[in-house]
Amino acid sequence: MAFYNKIIKKSIWVFHVSASPCNNCDIEILDLITPGYDIERFGIKLVGSVRHADVLLVTGVVSYKVAPRIKQLYEQAAKPIFVIGIGTCTAGGATFKTSYNAAGMPLEKIIPVNAYVTGCPPKPEAMIDGVLKLLGTLK
Amino acid sequence: MLKYLFYLLVFPGFLFASVFGLIVGWIERKVSARVQFRVGPPFFQNFYDVFKLWGKEIILIKNTPYFIFVIAPIIAFASVIMTSTIVGMSFFYHVGIGGDLIFIIYLMVIYSVCLILGASSTGNVYSSIGAGREMKMLISDELAFVLVILVPIIQAGYKIDLTQILAYQNANGMIIGSASGIIAFIVGILCLQAKMGLVPFDIAEAETEIVEGPLMEYSGPLLAFWKLAHYMMYVFLPMLLVILFWGGMSFASFGSIMAGIGKYLLIVVVMILIRNTNPRVRIDTAINFFWKWASPLALIAVILAIIGV
Repeated sequence: MAFYNKIIKKSIWVFHVSASPCNNCDIEILDLITPGYDIERFGIKLVGSVRHADVLLVTGVVSYKVAPRIKQLYEQAAKPIFVIGIGTCTAGGATFKTSYNAAGMPLEKIIPVNAYVTGCPPKPEAMIDGVLKLLGTLK
Repeated sequence: MLKYLFYLLVFPGFLFASVFGLIVGWIERKVSARVQFRVGPPFFQNFYDVFKLWGKEIILIKNTPYFIFVIAPIIAFASVIMTSTIVGMSFFYHVGIGGDLIFIIYLMVIYSVCLILGASSTGNVYSSIGAGREMKMLISDELAFVLVILVPIIQAGYKIDLTQILAYQNANGMIIGSASGIIAFIVGILCLQAKMGLVPFDIAEAETEIVEGPLMEYSGPLLAFWKLAHYMMYVFLPMLLVILFWGGMSFASFGSIMAGIGKYLLIVVVMILIRNTNPRVRIDTAINFFWKWASPLALIAVILAIIGV
């Protein structure tokens, strides 16, 4: 298992889950694959299907409408799967913390979460740092 | 018997084609990255990807014929191994089996048919769109591909063995030197682009549009089979063109070995550059292109070859 973890660190396929976000973090996530940041250097690739994913990047405050879908998406992903909450919304709600409609605040109420990258929105450097730090905890 | 098992499993077959295919896949990703002013992935990236996929979970879908779902990538992978063995045998050892060109055409259709079957067994909307598009690509590029293959067959005196075509070229000069040869070679590169699903014709797997279409529901080792089969096609399809038109590779001297590798890499880099400098075409544009332009051009090449130009 240790050897497998060593390999999986070098090949991370990321699936982008937008759970009722304000679209700000999503734009920053798409920034990651532009030539300026080029996360393909670390073997990180954005994939379109959740079946191929190793990491789910969840953005936004999970509302009551979206919560069952997030849970379903997590169950559809091939294990082992890691979840990273992007933005302050997933951790503490940010602007929407007093909302009547926030079901997953923090996101752990819905699905298990491995790491949070806070910020509104977090910079692409912070996201790369967060992903690599999460991978550093794998033994 | 043991010799052929070695061919199938080790040298031109499974082991060589998968390792070399993953390396060529790295070349593809690196060149694409450099074209887009990026740094690109490290050398062993494709090895990491495939190894990681072997450790992931396979997800089968309830209430679908998942026997087909599981068996399709395995059959496709087996057919790709057999094709690379046959092409590699004539490329490296100059030995062939009788009528291997016909065998190659059939095996390559099996790959596409397996992709269609595997995708349509899932019931996913995107997968079925991808399966339909793959079917349309198959009927559009198959005619041009067969016509392209006919040109060396006719020039070599109606021989359907790769070794006999190679022997003809050693005696009478390369087929690419003739008028019919150069036309068929150019159409052949476009056909390879469509067969491999590279960008101007990656309509079936359009990642930004129908998110890898046919492969959408595949996960874990089954996806690894598809990825490996795709990278192995990078090994034998350019090799097939080198054998058919460009005189293959001879082991007479160091220079001729380098020349053979150079021909192969040149075709691969041309394919990668076409992939990076063109947008994806629509399915009707692709069918129009192959039926109105590529196939008639290949037919002209066949007629020229019959005349003897």
